[in-house]
Amino acid sequence: MNNPHHLNPTSLKSRFTTRFLRALTKIRAQKPISSSSPTEIFRRYRRIKVAADKSMAYSVRSRRIWSRAMLWKLRSRSYRRQDPCSGRRSGKTNQAIMKKSSNENTTTRREDGVGFVEEADELRQLVPGGETMNLCNLLDETAHYIKCLTTQVQLFSPIGKG
Amino acid sequence: MSSQRSTSSNKITDDELTALILRLQTLLPQLDQSRHGRVSAAKVLNEICSYIRRLQNEVDGLSGRLSQCLDSMDLTGFDAEIVRDLLQQ
Repeated sequence: MNNPHHLNPTSLKSRFTTRFLRALTKIRAQKPISSSSPTEIFRRYRRIKVAADKSMAYSVRSRRIWSRAMLWKLRSRSYRRQDPCSGRRSGKTNQAIMKKSSNENTTTRREDGVGFVEEADELRQLVPGGETMNLCNLLDETAHYIKCLTTQVQLFSPIGKG
Repeated sequence: MSSQRSTSSNKITDDELTALILRLQTLLPQLDQSRHGRVSAAKVLNEICSYIRRLQNEVDGLSGRLSQCLDSMDLTGFDAEIVRDLLQQ
């Protein structure tokens, strides 16, 4: 099965795992919780969540619109923390993503006749970068995004049982 | 490339649309095709949205649990074990 468009479960999962575990080790080393204040635990939870999304997005890299959108979002978060003036740069990247994905079909004209405009719009809110996608890309990206989300969930379960 | 439509040949065809919706339907165990046959696109997308939200919430909850027990876990030992486990699936 050498279809480049299919998710290769082995390599994606192992790339994801390695990155995620590396991130977790770093997070744990940052501040040992001797006093498990709720604030500390909350901060850790946020960091773990970001690490999970980062690991997922970096494992897929720029092969997908949703992963590019997620990577852009993650990067602009850290840029904004360090340098407030880099907002302009992030804006240009966003335009590049938008241009890439909306070149083909029109977004709304075709949907008017098929009766699921609202559901499609709702889906656009859930899939990273969905607002910029035409319908065809949206449905395609959604399938891949869901596969990656289920992988993300699977990776937590052996860890959680520790 | 001759176009049978008056609009640009970039328009998504009904067949393509159906195929994409069907593929999404196969990702939903609750809309298993052997039992439900053809389901409306709106319903498929509806279920897909609920499914995505469920998955995102699950990751949320798991992150929360992990944040509480991170200290007591042996991450290095898990590394090889998890990878081995997943590669066997």
